[in-house]
Formats: sequence, C-alpha cells, structure tokens
Amino acid sequence: MQIDYDMQKSELLVRLSGEIDHHNTMQMRSEIDTALCTHTPHTLVLDFRDVTFMDSSGIGLIMGRYKILQPLGGEIILRQPSAHIARVLRLAGMERLAELQIHTPEEVSAS
Amino acid sequence: MKTMNEFKCVFPAVSANEALARAALSAFLIPADPTAQELADLRTVISEAVTNAIVHGYRNASGSVSICLRMLPDRVLYIRITDKGCGIPDIPKAMEPLYTSAPEEERAGLGFAIMQEFTDYLQVRSTPGHGTTLTMRRQLGQIHAEAD
Repeated sequence: MQIDYDMQKSELLVRLSGEIDHHNTMQMRSEIDTALCTHTPHTLVLDFRDVTFMDSSGIGLIMGRYKILQPLGGEIILRQPSAHIARVLRLAGMERLAELQIHTPEEVSAS
Repeated sequence: MKTMNEFKCVFPAVSANEALARAALSAFLIPADPTAQELADLRTVISEAVTNAIVHGYRNASGSVSICLRMLPDRVLYIRITDKGCGIPDIPKAMEPLYTSAPEEERAGLGFAIMQEFTDYLQVRSTPGHGTTLTMRRQLGQIHAEAD
C-alpha cells in the first residue's frame, strides 16, 4: 500500500495503490487528511488505477472525505477503478456523492 | 452433503489478518479455477466478514476468528466465519444498509449488503455475549473449455 500526491491548481490528485481494506484505510485516511489540510483543494481526485482490491472499508474512506469536502463546496472524483471496484462503488451508490471516471481524461479527449 | 475439499484455520482478530483471510480463500479456490469476477466477489465477501468480526465482534479487543471453507458438489463454495465476540443484539438492524455500530471508525455500514449481493445464501446466527457465526454459499459457474 502506497500513496502518491500531486497538487495542481485547486486539484489534489491522490494515487492509491495495493489493497484497500480496513487494515490499510487507517493509514490512508490519516495521510489523505494531512494532505487535505495542507493543500485545501477544491477537488480531491482518488486514482484507483493501481488498486488491486477494495471492500466496503474503501467506501467508508470516500464517505469520510466527502463529509470533509462537501461543507467547503469541494468535490471528489473517483478515477479509473477496476471493473470490480466500480461494481462495489455503484453498489454503495457512490456516483451520487462523487464523479466516477472510468477512463482517464486523456482517453476521453482522444475518443 | 458430501464435502469435496475443506480448509479450516483460526487466527487472532487483528486487522493485518484480513489480508491473510483473503489469501487463504484465493489459495483454496485455485483448483476450482474461478472467473476473475467470482474470485474478486468472494475475496470481498470474506474480507467483509472477517472485518466485521474484528471491528464489531471484538470491538478491536483480543480474540480469535475461525474460518471454514468447503467445496461442495456442483461447485458450491461454503464459507463459515465464527467469532466469540460481543454478538449482534438486533440482526435485522445490523443488516440494514448504511447502519453501523462503529461510525467513529468510518465504517460504511455496507458489509452485509455486499455479502448478500455477492453470495447466493447468507445466514447470520448470533448470541449476544457469546459471538456470531456467518454461513454463506456461492455457486461457481461451470468451467468452459475455451479460454476467456
């Protein structure tokens, strides 16, 4: 499990990797919240490209960050989840709280 | 019912063992050659069940979680997860989507909803003060001769 950050304009890009379960979300949560406090972005992009597994702990992680950003007028983008992770996100109704981007912005502009 | 294969293990109820439970299930399923989706579904199911035992059963106190996996005829996988934790006083309430007894841990309250969605059968037996046993079954699809 590893997290990389990239802050551009008002967008914080967080590249998650490995397995998102209850054990790993404890550390992910504190690292993401530290970055949110430091950069105060308008948009939080969670990139799932390198995430190999996610259970409902990941849903709790997204909902918790939504509760932080939403009162500040911010938004969350969930980018490039695998087919299975997209299924879990939809089952949890996450597309009502966040934008689901199955493809990268580059793929969208190329098509 | 005849059991084709069986695997049992007991481990301490610590969060690092959630990955161990998924790995044990994956290894048990190798001979059955499940599809990528079946494997992902079942890894999610066992992760939810074991996390429930650790977070809700033991409230992060010490204890142990038992897993029993069986391959039954017609490619039916049987999963039983047992803890000797605090038990569930109101099972229908616990199974309501978005209900959680641990909001401070940012639990989404979707564990049972996911277990129900990704299995064919789910039974919850619980005695407050004595623990909880989850029993699930999922039929795997038939093996196709041609490659996917």
